[in-house]
Amino acid sequence: MSAPPHGSGVAAPAPPSSPVSGVTPAAPPVPARRRRPLATRLGAYLLLVPAVVAIAVGLGYPLVRQFVISFQEYGLAQQFGRPAEWVGLDNYVALLTDSYVWGVIGRSIAFCVVNAVATMAIGMALAVLMARVGRAARITLQVGMLLAWGTPVLATMTVWQWLFDSQYGVINWLLAEPLGIDGMRYHSWLIEPLSFYFVATVIVVWMSVPFVVFTVYAGLLQVPTETMEAAQLDGANSWKRFWLITIPMIKPVLFVVALLQVIWDLRVFTQIYVLQRAGAPTRETHLLGTYIFSLAKEFSMAGAMATIMLVLTLVLTGFYIRRMLREEEL
Amino acid sequence: MSAQAAPVTAVTTTASGTGRGSRTGRGSGTTRRAGVGRWLLGVLAVVVALLWVFPIYWMVTSAFLPTNRLQTPTPNFFPTNGTLSNFRRVFDDPGFAASFKVSLGVTAATLVAAILFAFVAALAVSRFRFRGRKGFIVTILVVQMIPAEGLFISQYQMLDGWGLVNAIGGLTIVYVAAILPFTIWMLRGFVNGVPIELEEAGMVDGLSRTGAFFRITFPLLAPGLVASGVYGFLQAWNEYTLALVVMTDPAKRTLPLWLQGLVEANRATDWGVVMAGATLIAIPVIIFFLLVQQRMTSGLVSGAVKG
Repeated sequence: MSAPPHGSGVAAPAPPSSPVSGVTPAAPPVPARRRRPLATRLGAYLLLVPAVVAIAVGLGYPLVRQFVISFQEYGLAQQFGRPAEWVGLDNYVALLTDSYVWGVIGRSIAFCVVNAVATMAIGMALAVLMARVGRAARITLQVGMLLAWGTPVLATMTVWQWLFDSQYGVINWLLAEPLGIDGMRYHSWLIEPLSFYFVATVIVVWMSVPFVVFTVYAGLLQVPTETMEAAQLDGANSWKRFWLITIPMIKPVLFVVALLQVIWDLRVFTQIYVLQRAGAPTRETHLLGTYIFSLAKEFSMAGAMATIMLVLTLVLTGFYIRRMLREEEL
Repeated sequence: MSAQAAPVTAVTTTASGTGRGSRTGRGSGTTRRAGVGRWLLGVLAVVVALLWVFPIYWMVTSAFLPTNRLQTPTPNFFPTNGTLSNFRRVFDDPGFAASFKVSLGVTAATLVAAILFAFVAALAVSRFRFRGRKGFIVTILVVQMIPAEGLFISQYQMLDGWGLVNAIGGLTIVYVAAILPFTIWMLRGFVNGVPIELEEAGMVDGLSRTGAFFRITFPLLAPGLVASGVYGFLQAWNEYTLALVVMTDPAKRTLPLWLQGLVEANRATDWGVVMAGATLIAIPVIIFFLLVQQRMTSGLVSGAVKG
């Protein structure tokens, strides 16, 4: 390779075993010994090229394209070559004047809030529990959480469908036999929207809690014991110590975790989609992700709806993101 | 699709955000009131653990039972004398082998590209000072907030235009873009964790800059590369949504799509074979996850403390 002598810095050749030299658009520069500031800087940019190109192609371009299409009339006819017409905000107007769409948005926000709050509350409680119990109990809890966390989402969805099975599912049996609620013996959980969302919430919370537990637990370990002892000497009881010292100290962690929960729960797709396929009325149970998926044939509508979803995400998380960026030391 | 790795982000934030390094055994103060209270908490912890494990336990035990033993009025909580017939039927399904190959191909291609790209990018942001560096890092963080679930239609159209629908290459393109931001973020923490002084010391001892990098820094980055490799593996192997959109041809299904197909074909009639399929997909992933999770987080914490 006859590249000019790029930077001396830590010019980073690809890992020695890289079998894909053909894939990299710009091979990393050949390191040279001379130090030249300009070349060094160029080297840094060259190192960024593969990542930037990959993200621009896989995410950036679809994002821009979708945004553009959302202002056009673009359906199946355009797929077959007819030029798309600009329609301005028509797609957005059509969506936002449809009360059904508002229903989807409202349900998505409600689902997101309920799930994020439940996940955070349970996760934080279990993290505190994990920090307080002895070694054996802690490891048991950690292993249990890790098992749930490591299970692939589709396997999870599959087993929960079996647990909630109306005829032979364990949950109906549990409700009917030991708990004596006879009406639940053959209950179909997915037919009715509220009960559908309850099942989805149980699954999403079950899957999301381990992550919260481990991160908050890692945060709890960082709280210095001296501070706690000082507070105790000053007469603060454990409840006060928790709310007035621990929580403020691990706030940065809680912040990030809560932000991620909101983002993930707002964009939830797989769980809802799979449960819908399991026999729920789709129209009454759509959330943003599945609704956009159902619009797949009307590209411009889907694009407009996806843009609305993006804006909604930014509105719900913008405050957090700004604060995080301010606090994060880059 | 970053559920599995995010602890890192948060842990990084803890370390740099609070700037407190003192790690103590447990954070909840003194344990003078040991005894009964603590014992009760321990019992509670074990009960919660069992509650969380139960679905996985149920998946595995059901996989070993024939249909007539699953469809009983009272569930069989501690079954004995299992059978392997469910697993045999899964292996006899030609779709399983085909999907396994597709999943393997997509995962391998995604891993190689993502780790290579992320590695060089992480070096750039962590070892170079250049204009736009901060902007790049902020972009990396913000990109992760974009709801991919809103992008799939557009991604499908793009791949369709290039003839890459139902192609491993096409799915790889969207997977790499999806996991790159986080992988860069994670590797950056690892590179930051290796002090540049180590390299400089090597150079004082007569190594060239490249030599110093490969002989000193690179070996120290191995855990980081492994961790990001595992992250990429879990993401690509488990991903469902994009695969559903891109791989519309049943012959090109990835394993999660195959499993969903199996569920839809056997729901309510044959949970045993479905659970066998789910178990086969889940167990290797869970084992893999358990093996590396600890190292992943601990490596990241130590990498993060440096800031």
